Amino acid sequence: MARGPQTLFDKVWRRHEVSPESADSPAVLYIDLHLIHEVTSPQAFAVLRERGLRVRRPERTLATMDHSTPTLTAQVFGGTPIALDSAARQVRELEGNCAEFDVELLGLTHSQRGIVHIIGPELGLTQPGKTIVCGDSHTSTHGAVGALAFGIGTTEVGHVLATQCLLQRKPRTLAVNVSGGLRAGVTAKDLILTIIGRLGVSGGTGHVIEYRGDTIRALDMDERMTVCNMSIEAGARAGMIAPDETTYRYLAGRPRSPQGEAWEHALDAWRGLPTDAGARFDREVDLDAAAVEPMITYGTNPGMVIPIGAAIPQRPGDAAFAQALAYMGLTAGQPIRDQPVNVVFLGSCTNARLSDLRSAAQVLRGRRIAPGLRMLVVPGSQQVKREAEAEGLDRVFLEAGAEWRESGCSMCLGMNGDLVGRGEYSVSTSNRNFEGRQGSGARTLLASPVTAAACAVRGRVTDPRELL
Amino acid sequence: MMEPFTTLTSRTVVLAGANIDTDQIIPARFLTTTTRSGLGEHLFADWRYGPDGTPRSDFVLNGPEAQGCRILVAGRNFGCGSSREHAPWALADFGFRAVISTELADIFRSNCLKNALLPVMVDEPTSAWLISHPGAEVTIDLIAGTLTLPTGLAVTFPLEAFARHCLLQGVDELTFLLERRNQIEAYERRS
Ligand code: SF4
Repeated sequence: MARGPQTLFDKVWRRHEVSPESADSPAVLYIDLHLIHEVTSPQAFAVLRERGLRVRRPERTLATMDHSTPTLTAQVFGGTPIALDSAARQVRELEGNCAEFDVELLGLTHSQRGIVHIIGPELGLTQPGKTIVCGDSHTSTHGAVGALAFGIGTTEVGHVLATQCLLQRKPRTLAVNVSGGLRAGVTAKDLILTIIGRLGVSGGTGHVIEYRGDTIRALDMDERMTVCNMSIEAGARAGMIAPDETTYRYLAGRPRSPQGEAWEHALDAWRGLPTDAGARFDREVDLDAAAVEPMITYGTNPGMVIPIGAAIPQRPGDAAFAQALAYMGLTAGQPIRDQPVNVVFLGSCTNARLSDLRSAAQVLRGRRIAPGLRMLVVPGSQQVKREAEAEGLDRVFLEAGAEWRESGCSMCLGMNGDLVGRGEYSVSTSNRNFEGRQGSGARTLLASPVTAAACAVRGRVTDPRELL
Repeated sequence: MMEPFTTLTSRTVVLAGANIDTDQIIPARFLTTTTRSGLGEHLFADWRYGPDGTPRSDFVLNGPEAQGCRILVAGRNFGCGSSREHAPWALADFGFRAVISTELADIFRSNCLKNALLPVMVDEPTSAWLISHPGAEVTIDLIAGTLTLPTGLAVTFPLEAFARHCLLQGVDELTFLLERRNQIEAYERRS
């Protein structure tokens, strides 16, 4: 059937329609890869058990544990039991469920374990043109290779386990076109924070974003993942970037990438995925990358973000805004620069890949973190940890006075006991600054790894360009 | 089978702030459960209880007027953030059967529909009226697709035909998908 020019999203969506949507029923969408973790899966396995169902395609399913797992070496590899009973229970439950339902598990001590959105690409399982889901909203990360990847709830985790399919309404498309070069000291994190600031935290609701333009083409895969990761913070369930030579170079030779003849075959298919010339998006937004500054959040959602040299805006009469600033203990009109900081967290699926650790280490090398400040460095996966250690980054962090941990989500959401104290200020490379996200009463400022490292050195909010 | 939803008459509870995220609805430390039940007592835990665990008298869900309310009126973009289905589980366990807002986050809305928690999207004037009249008794009629205010004004709200059907009949989507087995097998053969 002849079709007009299509977007990357349209192509991936159409190829996965078991049946298209109609006026009275949603599309049945086939899922190529289902990633599972310990927190949002127990109730889904329980439904399978209650209804006497099996996992339809175990070979398309991969489980790991990351959200509630400890980051202290002795608790991960033995010697000390897992301190939190709740975490120990979820770990055991996932082990039991995977054994019972024949699902492959990269368990607590596995050398390939890590944050689910870091290990998918790292293993080469995340591939262009695939549909990928996980019971986690940052599944959008995997869109960086040109996959259609989005977060789902636990009931839907059960649907995919049992049928390898989901019922979905087709979302609309939003092109975010970025052109120009990012300036020195400005990172992909600053770019996506700027985009969220522009779109607002619900600006992408109902849409899949495709990030386009020469700025995006110039980003490496780690940076593209940082951008796609935070699509959900603008309300978009998925963010995508068309695959190109950067993508293929990244995927070539990874343990679960296609090999040999299958690789050549896959490449042929992937090269047909990018959006056709003349394809239409439901909405388009343009952004000049050269105008992007190092960014930092000051409020309680990721859209409350400003350039690091700017003052907190004033919004008289806006009660929610006033409440957010009261929670943060900050004042409208106040510059964010020089705000004292208690904790720095370098980690999460947004910014805990090797290049993130390298860029933070570049700031910390030969320096010490400020007296009284706590800095936690949590690599995104065990592989990132090994690679970082092989090039001595762990020494840089430890000599600077930071803690160096095993991989996991850790202080991004504080489920495993790695917490920021009540009233404390944390500069974090993660993706959410919601009230209490890093601990009850914790005050989170989101920023890039270089900015976080600069803040750690000075003990105050600092423009990273002063230390680079 | 879910419990079918047809009509609901209840007083409302109002949380007017915009962008209330699922970390507020149910903080991460309560995601350690491996069942769906019992989350109602932790609903909005950090707003509802002080650091020592005592209920805050100034939080709306702790007031006598909130008891027995089945309908939550919320500000724009309610349920943004994490995909945790624990959020609608906690709301439903507390007793809510509908959430009214001008805009609900995508994943949250989808999760609500799986748990017989009706997402009701209304326009700005209706939302503004509801927010300024907490405790108003309203009626939601899913068959007619209307929300009726005590003023007598009935507004329609959008809901996909399929979601309406599932809620009215108490049909769950898993059954629907399992019945598509032949189509799924055919897809697997051709791809
Ligand atoms: S690192 Fe944070 S955002 Fe990423 S998956 Fe873990 S908890 Fe979610």
